[in-house]
Amino acid sequence: MNIHEYQGKQLFAKYNVPVPNGILVDKPADAAKAARKLGTKVTVVKAQIHAGGRGLGGGVKLAKSPEEAEKYAKQIIGMTLVTHQTGPEGRLVKKVLVEEGMDIVRELYLSILVDRQTSQIIIMASEAGGMEIEEVAAKNPEKIFSEQVDPVIGVQPFLARKIAFALNLKGEALKKAIPFIMNLYDCFVKEDLAQLEINPLIETGDGRLLALDAKVGLDPNALYRHKDNAAFRDLDEEDPLEVEATDHHLNYVKLDGNIGCMVNGAGLAMATMDIIKHSGGEPANFLDVGGGADEEMIENAFRILMSDKNVKAVFINIFGGILRCDILSRGVVAAAKKLKCKLPIVVRMEGTNMEEGHRLLEESGLGFIIGNGIKDAARKAVKSIQ
Amino acid sequence: MSILVDENTRLLVQGITGREGTFHTEQAQKYGTNVVAGVTPGKGGQKACGVPVFNSVSDAVKKTKANASVIFVPPPFAADAILESADAGVDLIICITEGIPTTDMVDVYKYLKGTSSRLVGPNCPGVISPGKCKIGIMPAHIHKKGNIGIISRSGTLTYETVSQLTALGIGQSTCVGIGGDPVIGTRFIDVLELFEKDRGTKAICMIGEIGGSAEEEAAFYIKKHVKKPVVGFIAGQTAPPGRRMGHAGAIISGGQGTAEEKMKVMKQCGIKVVKSPGDIGATLAKCIK
Repeated sequence: MNIHEYQGKQLFAKYNVPVPNGILVDKPADAAKAARKLGTKVTVVKAQIHAGGRGLGGGVKLAKSPEEAEKYAKQIIGMTLVTHQTGPEGRLVKKVLVEEGMDIVRELYLSILVDRQTSQIIIMASEAGGMEIEEVAAKNPEKIFSEQVDPVIGVQPFLARKIAFALNLKGEALKKAIPFIMNLYDCFVKEDLAQLEINPLIETGDGRLLALDAKVGLDPNALYRHKDNAAFRDLDEEDPLEVEATDHHLNYVKLDGNIGCMVNGAGLAMATMDIIKHSGGEPANFLDVGGGADEEMIENAFRILMSDKNVKAVFINIFGGILRCDILSRGVVAAAKKLKCKLPIVVRMEGTNMEEGHRLLEESGLGFIIGNGIKDAARKAVKSIQ
Repeated sequence: MSILVDENTRLLVQGITGREGTFHTEQAQKYGTNVVAGVTPGKGGQKACGVPVFNSVSDAVKKTKANASVIFVPPPFAADAILESADAGVDLIICITEGIPTTDMVDVYKYLKGTSSRLVGPNCPGVISPGKCKIGIMPAHIHKKGNIGIISRSGTLTYETVSQLTALGIGQSTCVGIGGDPVIGTRFIDVLELFEKDRGTKAICMIGEIGGSAEEEAAFYIKKHVKKPVVGFIAGQTAPPGRRMGHAGAIISGGQGTAEEKMKVMKQCGIKVVKSPGDIGATLAKCIK
């Protein structure tokens, strides 16, 4: 689960990781007040959305007076910010973070992540801060330095020093880097983060190190033990259909096509999207109804699928296994009736009592199209809207 | 022959008295799996599914000589359940539980390195050697004894593959679901090594998905060490970047982990890559002709 920059910085501050002083505002007039309160010559007004590249899109502005801070806040709040990560539709900005301006000497990069190759936590650092790290990795991989952390001992001073030296830090900044890195690791582990990226990490003229930005993601599986962090969720940043799906414990991701899919299991759900494409169609979504697809679940899934106005046909692909097909069919029939679905519905199901399941679908008189195997069903789904 | 589980497997079930635990224990027993014990802390001395329940895994192992365990424990307690089995010296630990925090698994992974236990999963359907032993939540009736070895990150997509094979009259030696999480105990490479050595396996099917680079690592391993034919499929060819597709590990991040890249590397390493999931069974059939 992604969170905003200002929320990430709250988490950093909790672990004594230095961040610039800042005030969150949602009204332009408050931006001037915030700038005055911060008291620095220059302030920075930063759009708070869950996407990178905000500066290039015009969502980050340097203000030389409180009046200017207000002017920029007025521009940014309410704008639809388009960055390379938002897609062409952009994201509506509702809040800005007004921060003290910093005397930046150097811009560095620091991140912590679970490395899938080693299944351990690694700390990545680079002197090439301020640029997209993917770009650095592609052009100058030698500029990226990484250290694996042993979870038994965590980040010890020697490891933090190694990283600090790799970043070419000296004097006061070198001294400050040791607790900075150790505390940041504590924050990652204790808050169960899935992602932590500081880009840039800045060194100031007076030898301080601060997290100028904070890109933080939370591990959704660990939210049960971080009730406070769960409140960081911002529904404005999510697709409303996806929010509804999550409420019903369904895994739904909206796509651009017109064949709505309802599948049990994540792998099969992806494979179903793939086979629709291979059969000449376009999937409208990813939808995993999970292992126990009961009537209520199917009804919820149906409703969400059909709320997407692009959907012209529905493809239900359920590998029952232990789930009985007759029970599944009853659920599909009941849901289709209740929601008065007029779209073609192709059903492919596999599992025990399959014949009985097919019979129930046929007898319903709702005109279900029955697919024989995944290939046949995908073909029929694509054909149904041609 | 088969790998990991067979008629010599003596299974203990962690969380046997829970709803899922009980249901799938009964299913396994029906299939012929030798379930020897259950573990639920605080319920030691009772019986469940006809087998004795113990308070701890170490008690269960001492009394019943269990050599494999399966975990049906809710996510907040599952990492602890894995550690308990490893501490008791259980050879094979299969964790079905979905939703374990990643940092818990980082610790577990490190601890397991210093033990002789092998972990399969978490967030997986389990392991089945058709006709011999079933551990997990897969539907038994779709399987058939034979000589195709299957390794997969996905549950239902494995069932899909198995049913395509069985419909063609082709059986399976062992099907291993390695799980859809970012941190898992057993990887493609570990299972490939076992299948290559197994005389009962003639061809291997590897089912991957977007996210991470395990498939690429496996492909390079196959090129170097695997002589048996390998058929591969990657789910998520149409998945958008930056979105988690159901499984915690199924995400394209920073342009890494795309299906396209995985399929390219797999092809270069001599794997027969199937584009459409409808053709996996037929492609395997050609391999063993």
